[in-house]
Amino acid sequence: MSDPIDVDLLDETLQFTLADICRICGVQEQLVVEIVEEGIVEPLGDDRPYWRFTGIAVTRIQRVIKLQHDFDVNLPGAALALELLEEIDRLKRALGR
Amino acid sequence: MEFKDYYAIMGVARDASPDDIKRAYRRLARKFHPDVSKEKDAEERFKEIGEAYEVLRDPEKRAAYDQLGKRPAGEEFRPPPDWQFDFDTESRGGAGAGAGMHSDFFEQLFGGLGGLRGARGGRGAFRSRGFDTTARVEVTLEEAFRGTTRTLSIQRVERDKDGRAKPRTQQLNVRIPAGVADGQQIRVPAQGEPGAGGEAPGDLFLEIHVLPHRWFRLEGRDVWLDLPVAPWEAALGDTVRVPTLAGRVDLKIPKGSQTDRQLRLKGRGLPGSPPGDQFVVLKIVVPPADTPEREALYRELAAGTQMNPRAAMES
Repeated sequence: MSDPIDVDLLDETLQFTLADICRICGVQEQLVVEIVEEGIVEPLGDDRPYWRFTGIAVTRIQRVIKLQHDFDVNLPGAALALELLEEIDRLKRALGR
Repeated sequence: MEFKDYYAIMGVARDASPDDIKRAYRRLARKFHPDVSKEKDAEERFKEIGEAYEVLRDPEKRAAYDQLGKRPAGEEFRPPPDWQFDFDTESRGGAGAGAGMHSDFFEQLFGGLGGLRGARGGRGAFRSRGFDTTARVEVTLEEAFRGTTRTLSIQRVERDKDGRAKPRTQQLNVRIPAGVADGQQIRVPAQGEPGAGGEAPGDLFLEIHVLPHRWFRLEGRDVWLDLPVAPWEAALGDTVRVPTLAGRVDLKIPKGSQTDRQLRLKGRGLPGSPPGDQFVVLKIVVPPADTPEREALYRELAAGTQMNPRAAMES
């Protein structure tokens, strides 16, 4: 078996530009801007050219896009679903399940 | 290759209207969406439903599929020799749910997704980055703490020179870094589906699920532990050995502790920057009064303390 291949752990220490995010998530810049405006992810940096997203943001963006697509809901609806799902996950973990 | 009965998968009649099909998809998506579902085989079912919907929602694909007639699901199937399906371009990620992950049956009939149409449609080179793929990886809490490796079997669909789909299983050895938290993703660059027309392959995303532990609970990088203590350890204070992910350590229980008191072991959670902490929640265990001597001890304690634990409720 070959050596294990290198991976990126998508945690809060990784930082991505807006262009990186678009490439990794396979989406247009405008959608990421809308996701930021909806308050689903909060980039570091004030202006768009200086935005930096963490690895956690990548996961949230992917999940919200998937929910939006799979259930054919708008962005606020997908954001609500995402937050409720995250809350359920958190509660399950607290219960040790 | 097995025949897939897309109508049965969606639970609709063969003459179902587009609205019926859409409704059935929505209902099934809510039931089996991997982010939402509690069903064991949700991921597999959701892919199957997504594929069925992708065909039945599209009038051209549905008509082509209907030409095959009704056959039992799972029947050995080969496309008719004159089978040809020329499909419209679909944008990356724009196809049905679980796009990029199709069965052999679908691949044979509809020739994969837009990215590969050049090979079959003969309309010249089509360029498209490969699809991203996702897989779920379960690790124990100890593995999340120390890091581990996993050998993944990835199903790939490759094409021969005539554009025929050929499934292939690839073994991939992946290092899971120390400190992965539950629900976190790992990106394995360029290990998704191959691109078309010289474009880059997609990425493989691994979603980490940390299995429940018999003692510890995880919250982000913090680890929680319920610690049973004797009443005298809590009342008088004591130093006790407690398990952490890195081994046992001494923990000082402050004098006069009550049940549910939380003590923090800084930096003893999952590694990271900053690392998580371990929180220890004291749970006082009451010794049974199962002998006359122990009963007497309790009575002595009651007489000596005169404590009313419900005093606050009585005021």
